[in-house]
Amino acid sequence: MHKKLEEIFVERLLFIAAISSSIITLFIIGFIFTKGLPAINRVGFFNFIFGTEWLPLRGIFGALPMIVGSLYITGLALLMAIPLSLSCAIFLAEIAPRGMRMTLKPTIQALAGIPSVVYGFFGIIIIVPFIREQFGGTGFSILAASLILTVMILPTITSISEDAIKSIPREYKEASLALGATHWQTIKNVLFPAATPGLITAIILGLAKGIGETMIIMVAGNVALIPTSIFEPARALTANIALEMGYAGGIHYNALFATGIILFFMIMVLLVIVNYIRYKKQVIIGGGYL
Amino acid sequence: MSSRIESIKKVWRKGLNFRLISPKNTQRIMKGVFWGAGIIAILILLSVVGYILINGLPVVNLEFLLSKPIDAGRGGGIFPMIVSTIYIMLIAVLIATPLSVGAAVYLAEYVSSKSKIVKVMIFGAETLASIPSIVFGLFGLAFFVIFLDFGWSVLSGGLTLALMALPIIMRTSEVSIEAVPRSYREGSLALGATKWQTVYRVVLPAAIPGITTGVILGMASAIAETAAILFTVGAATRIPASVFDPARPLPLHLYILATEGISLENAFGTAAVLVIMVLVITIVTNVMVERYTRKMMGQ
Repeated sequence: MHKKLEEIFVERLLFIAAISSSIITLFIIGFIFTKGLPAINRVGFFNFIFGTEWLPLRGIFGALPMIVGSLYITGLALLMAIPLSLSCAIFLAEIAPRGMRMTLKPTIQALAGIPSVVYGFFGIIIIVPFIREQFGGTGFSILAASLILTVMILPTITSISEDAIKSIPREYKEASLALGATHWQTIKNVLFPAATPGLITAIILGLAKGIGETMIIMVAGNVALIPTSIFEPARALTANIALEMGYAGGIHYNALFATGIILFFMIMVLLVIVNYIRYKKQVIIGGGYL
Repeated sequence: MSSRIESIKKVWRKGLNFRLISPKNTQRIMKGVFWGAGIIAILILLSVVGYILINGLPVVNLEFLLSKPIDAGRGGGIFPMIVSTIYIMLIAVLIATPLSVGAAVYLAEYVSSKSKIVKVMIFGAETLASIPSIVFGLFGLAFFVIFLDFGWSVLSGGLTLALMALPIIMRTSEVSIEAVPRSYREGSLALGATKWQTVYRVVLPAAIPGITTGVILGMASAIAETAAILFTVGAATRIPASVFDPARPLPLHLYILATEGISLENAFGTAAVLVIMVLVITIVTNVMVERYTRKMMGQ
């Protein structure tokens, strides 16, 4: 009887541990919303999302420049990161000889582990002056932010894509090779299409990471205006919070939490898409195959 | 008319089948492209790490590591920052580890992955893992700093980082627990052990290397984080005397030095220390994973 009680007790404890992340998540959502909604109510939902002016001192809170800024910087970073990281993933999964794989894998891990503030610092020292000299302006620009963001999201996309490619059954590849296709034809016509859901997942998670990254603040210039070219500065949603939280009070403080709500929504939408792809993939292919 | 269309189609098809480059050469070119991508990734790492170390290592000596900063970091060293980093990292890991390993045990051992509640748990952990760090920072500020009144302190920062490390440790632990062979559990259960005894005495010890890897990854993420501690630990350059004291961990120090243009030299030194920490952690985890896989494969 005593044993049994212990078992039940332990199981309850473990259950609490297991449900804790969900509760913490709900808690975080709750807190961000209760702090952020007053600002959205006061300013008005559409004024807040589509307002093009962010002037906290005059009580004008329009988050559109930051939304555009985030999307602009992350979009450009994805444009650079996708070809590079998908190629790296294919290289790792299919082509690299053992020695190269043993070098490249830790490289990707180290790239993922280097604190984003170090990349930001590198950006300030190297990339910003380079852009200033080559293209004029201050150098603090969307381009600079995208360049360092590319390096930050490269490991995410690469490692998830590599897993996706590796999880394709061997027979697919063998059948294609047996039919006389070259290795590249096999990659292009068999492995790539079969891995597509996984690759899209990888890209979306890279996008989510990019939108959530704050340290681009160090090189992006952070002007709260809608940018028109990649050599202009822009302010991301994350940067908006980080820049102004230090001194914000009253409705301004709430408006920054509201910025957090937008950020959170963007990430949630991406997560839902990822889960939908995963669900779809199971339904279509089934049989525990992919 | 229709025959003309047919003939145009034929030419088209011929054109499509006509190969400017033979499959064999395409293969060679694409192989080159992929090699190029791999080499670019390595070059990026080498240039970032190389540049930081070349400029930072001359600054890093025992005195730099063991002395206090002078004049907001214009001179002196980074000892209080190292202490703060270790301090908040320990708080984060000490709180996150029991919770996340417990969660991993429950998910791997106690429930089938098909039940509804498991989906809720996993979705919760996934969401937690993808919340931007600045939002954790906001939450930490609103909850730990203001609501619970811990103030800008090591404790507030550590707790915020614990929440971020939780899904990382959980995922790695779950994978390593699931990798423990079924026969281990069956052997233990057959000897009359209860489920918890089996988990505690057999499964967990076998999964320890994997769990340790998870914990180290959690530590690494805690060391590297800046945004989440921006408004939770304060920025005091003193050595924190208790968990309720404000502190300034290394990444935050680097952030302040670099963005406020305080001292380039010390910024390089701080960055070099951070980079070395990360490289050491990467190497250690790789060696551990390597050994663990070899052991699991029975060699």
